[in-house]
Amino acid sequence: MKNLARNQLLLSLAIALVAVASGFWLLSDPRGTLPFLLTLASLLGAFLLPISKWLKVLIGGAILLIVVPAAGFQNSFLFELGVQIGIYAAMALGLNVVVGLAGLLDLGYAAFFAVGAYTWAIFGSKQANEFMPVKIFPLPGEYFYLFMLLAVVAAAITGLIIGLPALRLKGDYLAIVTLGLGEVVRVLANNLDQPINITNGPQGITPIQRPPVDWFIAIFNQFGIQLDKAQAYPLFFYFLVLGIIGIVTLVNIRLDHSRFGRAWIAIREDEIAARAMGIPLLPTKLLAFATGASFSGAMGALFAAKQLYVSPESFTLIQSIIILVMVILGGMGSIPGAILGAATVTILNVDVLKTASEYLEGLRSSGFTINLGFFKYNFANLPTQLEPAKYERMVFGLIMVLMMIYRPEGIIPEKRRVLEMRESE
Amino acid sequence: MFEVLISLLPSVLLEGLILGFVYAMIALGYTMVYGVLELINFAHSEIFMSGAVAGAETFILLKGTIANPYLLLLVAIIIGGAVAAFVSVSVERLAYRPLRKRGTTNRLVPLITAIGASFFLQDLVRLIEGLWNNAFYRRYPTFDAFERTYNLPVWLGDIVIILSLFTFFFAIVYLIYWVGVRLARAKQKRPTRNTLYALSGLSILFTVLFSLKYREVLTTDMGLSIQMKSLLVIVVSLAMLFGLNWLVNKTKLGVAIRAVAQDAQTASLMGINPDVIISRTFLIGGFLGGVAGVLFGLLYTLVHPYVGFIPGIKAFTAAVLGGIGNITGAAVGGLVLGMLEMLGGTYLTFLTNGAMGTEYKDILAFVILILILLFRPQGILGQQVGEKV
Repeated sequence: MKNLARNQLLLSLAIALVAVASGFWLLSDPRGTLPFLLTLASLLGAFLLPISKWLKVLIGGAILLIVVPAAGFQNSFLFELGVQIGIYAAMALGLNVVVGLAGLLDLGYAAFFAVGAYTWAIFGSKQANEFMPVKIFPLPGEYFYLFMLLAVVAAAITGLIIGLPALRLKGDYLAIVTLGLGEVVRVLANNLDQPINITNGPQGITPIQRPPVDWFIAIFNQFGIQLDKAQAYPLFFYFLVLGIIGIVTLVNIRLDHSRFGRAWIAIREDEIAARAMGIPLLPTKLLAFATGASFSGAMGALFAAKQLYVSPESFTLIQSIIILVMVILGGMGSIPGAILGAATVTILNVDVLKTASEYLEGLRSSGFTINLGFFKYNFANLPTQLEPAKYERMVFGLIMVLMMIYRPEGIIPEKRRVLEMRESE
Repeated sequence: MFEVLISLLPSVLLEGLILGFVYAMIALGYTMVYGVLELINFAHSEIFMSGAVAGAETFILLKGTIANPYLLLLVAIIIGGAVAAFVSVSVERLAYRPLRKRGTTNRLVPLITAIGASFFLQDLVRLIEGLWNNAFYRRYPTFDAFERTYNLPVWLGDIVIILSLFTFFFAIVYLIYWVGVRLARAKQKRPTRNTLYALSGLSILFTVLFSLKYREVLTTDMGLSIQMKSLLVIVVSLAMLFGLNWLVNKTKLGVAIRAVAQDAQTASLMGINPDVIISRTFLIGGFLGGVAGVLFGLLYTLVHPYVGFIPGIKAFTAAVLGGIGNITGAAVGGLVLGMLEMLGGTYLTFLTNGAMGTEYKDILAFVILILILLFRPQGILGQQVGEKV
């Protein structure tokens, strides 16, 4: 017993040391990829290792609330990445309810994201003047929070509308019908510029109002930190996303342990047995669908405000698939898994693939030549089509297939899930 | 106004028929794999696409060497089919078989694998094409022999119109009947012979009344005209349909495929190796998909790595519409879907004065899919299968 306690102490010391070291390294070199990855790794390590809860909170809080924002001032890409990870993490958590807990494969998840995004985009820009009788648009940025709630409601209602016919179907059919309905939402967004111009069609909507940040700047001023608006917005969105992730995670954990969570898992495991136990199938599934959709809707509104621009291009099938890959990678039904999956996939998509592309581009333009005597290659001849950033489908497709073959329960598996995925008939 | 719409009808129906044959060809692959493995092979749309791209490359490479366009088409069909068959078998070998060996009971696992394989293949083809040609959009060369239009003899045109009208009315009457049965929550599982006669009679009545009323508008002096390449599509897809039906029903391999589809374990006790048979099924389905891809490319000229998605999902709809797992059903579903889509695509734009563009016809396919799955999940020709517990 004593040995165990000492091991734990050593482990805690080690992870704290790594976290502090990587934090300082990131602060001194905010543009480096390595220190950034190391910081994330120490965050993950702190979460996964069996150390005391308080230390976990301490390390996590220090990295997320102090180190990353401080480093982000010198490299705003960190904020961009953080906000993207946050948005995707919340959506992955939402999809996790649908796919992971209730076992309903939803391939049209980006549709709810679109509904949320357009909810704020239309009323937070001049677009609504096109069809509303009163010409008071764009609404001032204060309304953003109200519309975020409205986006939640709108996405949940869309979830009910899509789910009501789709959820009567099972397994494969459900997947293909949700895929179809997701495309329907995109086609509608693309075509509803006539007869009445609601979505402005393929051109998209811009500019979109952002919530005001004067109070946010004022708070920082009190601590003696001067911010201008261009600096304040990334920071503001970063903290907003962190807050939302906190709430979403909490809701997820509570749901997982609630009556509904158990009902969803029962349905996932065996629909007929669940029905025999008195679980009403359709309402329970609809609830899962609407819950998942509402998370996505909230993030959609946030996305619209962050990007200042919304167009149907952002809500294609590949978006739904990317979110699905996050859930699969982390582990279906696993809450930390969904967040980890979102972080991994986003970093891969936004950072690693792009960096690889730039690296190859650099090699190409430098005209660097390898000469091994028997093998000679001039990198100027490298085909221009060889751009890793354009092959996201290949990367994600490969991840999906490999995960399903070698580790279907994901990186951080949910305990109950392992048995189900591994057992043979 | 209405007269104008009616006068468009024959050519629209013919176009729909051709489109329907394309869907039917792709649907055969979905239906074969589903029949054996009960898996929606999402990657089939990419197998179709790889056939189309391989066909385009063959056409472009051999255009100078082989002068006869028909011989060139034959070579392209064989190469396209072979490439698609190879891709199909590889997907089965590398992605689906490891899952079967592990024996997972989870329904989502094979499905997610199929989606992943589909996305992987899209970009794989893009990478290969990009490295080879530095561009991944390929165009089929046009040949005068294929582009030439032939006027159908008037009697043949009339038969086509009347048959299409009959199919169309029958589909509508049948759908209304089934929606009615479902809404009335009747116990009846399949229509009796007499109901079928009644429905057919009703459709014939509609057809006769319709053609008599709009006789002048429907028959034009020019008659119907059809392009050689469309004719080729019809001929090849009919050949594929009959060939596959013969293969599944009359040959030893067909018996083995049906045995594995019914019960793989028992089949293996009878000396059939299910793995080999499943692999063969993928080979055949892939070959048919590749041939369909070459003909699709010939018809619409532009092909690229993402061309398979929409036809694939519509062909799947066609397979479900006809009754998945049923070969004739795939053909019927394809034809009905093709015609409905052409009608919808043409008339929606017309009726709304262009407010609802042709993109809405994609929505139509999904709406049909949902309706059919809700009201008659076994499809037009399928049989009710009890739920396995």
